[in-house]
Amino acid sequence: MSTPQAIAAEALAEEAFPEARRRWWQPETSWGKLALLVAVLIVLSILFLYPLEWLAAAAFKPRGETFDNSFLPQHWTWNFTGANRASPFPQLLFNVAPVAHWLWNSFWISFLGAGVVTFSSAIVAFAFAYFRFPLRNLLFGILLATMMLPQEVTMIPIYLLWNKVGHFTTDHAWLPHIGTGTQYPLWVPNLFGSPFYIFLLRQFFLGIPRDYFEAARMDGDGYFSMFRRIALPLAKPALIVTFIFEVQAKWFDLLNPLIYLRNEALFTAPLGMKFLLDRFNAQGGGEGDYQVIMAGTLLLVVPMILLFAVFQKYFIRGIAVQGRKG
Amino acid sequence: MASVSATQTAPRPSRARRWISGFGERETRTALLFILPWIFGFLVFQLGPMLFSLYYSFTNYGVQQIAGLEPTKTVGLKNYRQLVDDPKVMASLKNTFIYTVMMVPGRLIVALLLAMLLMRVGKLGGVFRTIFYLPTVTPPVAIGVMLVFLFNGTYGIINRGLHVIGIQGPYWTTDPNWIKPSIALMDIWACGATMVVLLAALYAVPQHLYEAASMDGASPLRRFFTITLPMISPALFFMFIILTLYGLQQFTQSYTAYFGPGGTQPEAALFYSIYLFRNAFEYFNMGFASAMAWVLFAISMIITGINILASKRFVFYQGGPR
Repeated sequence: MSTPQAIAAEALAEEAFPEARRRWWQPETSWGKLALLVAVLIVLSILFLYPLEWLAAAAFKPRGETFDNSFLPQHWTWNFTGANRASPFPQLLFNVAPVAHWLWNSFWISFLGAGVVTFSSAIVAFAFAYFRFPLRNLLFGILLATMMLPQEVTMIPIYLLWNKVGHFTTDHAWLPHIGTGTQYPLWVPNLFGSPFYIFLLRQFFLGIPRDYFEAARMDGDGYFSMFRRIALPLAKPALIVTFIFEVQAKWFDLLNPLIYLRNEALFTAPLGMKFLLDRFNAQGGGEGDYQVIMAGTLLLVVPMILLFAVFQKYFIRGIAVQGRKG
Repeated sequence: MASVSATQTAPRPSRARRWISGFGERETRTALLFILPWIFGFLVFQLGPMLFSLYYSFTNYGVQQIAGLEPTKTVGLKNYRQLVDDPKVMASLKNTFIYTVMMVPGRLIVALLLAMLLMRVGKLGGVFRTIFYLPTVTPPVAIGVMLVFLFNGTYGIINRGLHVIGIQGPYWTTDPNWIKPSIALMDIWACGATMVVLLAALYAVPQHLYEAASMDGASPLRRFFTITLPMISPALFFMFIILTLYGLQQFTQSYTAYFGPGGTQPEAALFYSIYLFRNAFEYFNMGFASAMAWVLFAISMIITGINILASKRFVFYQGGPR
């Protein structure tokens, strides 16, 4: 009747946006009204895009022209790389700080953390969706309750825990150094799943007909191979949503890097850009090289825009599904 | 025949016994193995830390105790009393409330307006939807950085723009009265996710309701208040709760713009989470910060509880209350 792919597609692509079915040349509203609405939307779009345009333009303006607020730079300037110059001259982004390290750190932490949390959440979600076992509803209730827990409540003891782990690994030199001051605390918790993603994926797995799994068992599949061969491929859209949401969450995070990282070379991109702002913002007694801050901030923004450009469909549907299920 | 009567008289295992024997089944063991990562994570990263922070909130836990120089002492309710006495706690709480009260309705209203506009233009809306969503993928640190520059009282483009239309803009980043509105405005700018949720809710409203209302001669405004609003009220309510919790925990944008070693440290932008962070990781008053965290948790729970109670009156669930 319906193929596995169709069911997989349906669960996320479920008629969230049926506008696709209505033909645009047959609008419900009259042409005049439509033109007016589009005009309003264009004005609003300019308002919404302008801050980002301002940032992109400012990143290519020379020192001293950041605040000229011109739409395009009057003097196009490459503020990113180049030969080192003495201090009174404009500073270059990649020369003033280990920016390449920061971007790389954020990149691998985001993708490793997202990959790990997607897998661990999927396996837990599968267990909650497929198996029948005692205490299941109680455990799932606990899981739902923890989604509301503010990070502030747990962050201090978790910091102290990592501090303890750090002392332990220092005392036992044969162990790798793990603890505060390292990047482990930023992604290791992802090994254990995340309530919100478990909830999202469980809803998705519940939509897969049980017959598929029974058929796989007839073929002699074990539970894990059932999960790997049937649940995972069918849940691909939901897995992608989980993955990109977590990449975004990690790329956005300032609080945890701020708590755990002290060594400049280990900084993630957001922490690094905050560092640049502190150093070059005249407000904070800095040197007023605003073009460095602008260039750095642009590099913080662009990867997320690229991610959104590639996975737009999943961002939008993931958010829409999230809202409906609540 | 004998076998039939035998099965009839054999006592069925009681519910409790079947429940207990469930633990021994292979399926149960496999299931527990599968959820083991979460159970571990829950115990080590959620339940354990929760209990510890509750305990710390009644102690003098601080930098000496971390270093093991002094023993941890319980101090009863001292931290909680100090919390009431600390003017900065009260100020930060007030800041957080004011900001939340501006940000949540602002975001909901703008998101709803955008969603309704998008729905009216049909397929053309796709491009605009992408544009309105872009600020949502802008990292909060970048938003904080832009906040400082765009809202600069003298040079910022916002005040330049206001100047063009003849308004003398306030000194957003230094005037205590205008710091929170500027942070809230940047947050309203990033309303894309809220907009998408509301858009999906708007599309789920059955078209025939509007047709019937139009035939009865209901005005567009009336249709909005009697059909649209009730039908999307569950989504609005859901976003209201999520955004309120988000607002109460606001940290990154304000911290980036005003705090840290290079910030101007204005008291008007000192949000509760920022003050909590400073107590915990700048002054290392872990006990006091834990008490602050539990108060935040309690406030979040109380506000959510009140919202849920109030929702019974205002939120319309299709097919009766859930």
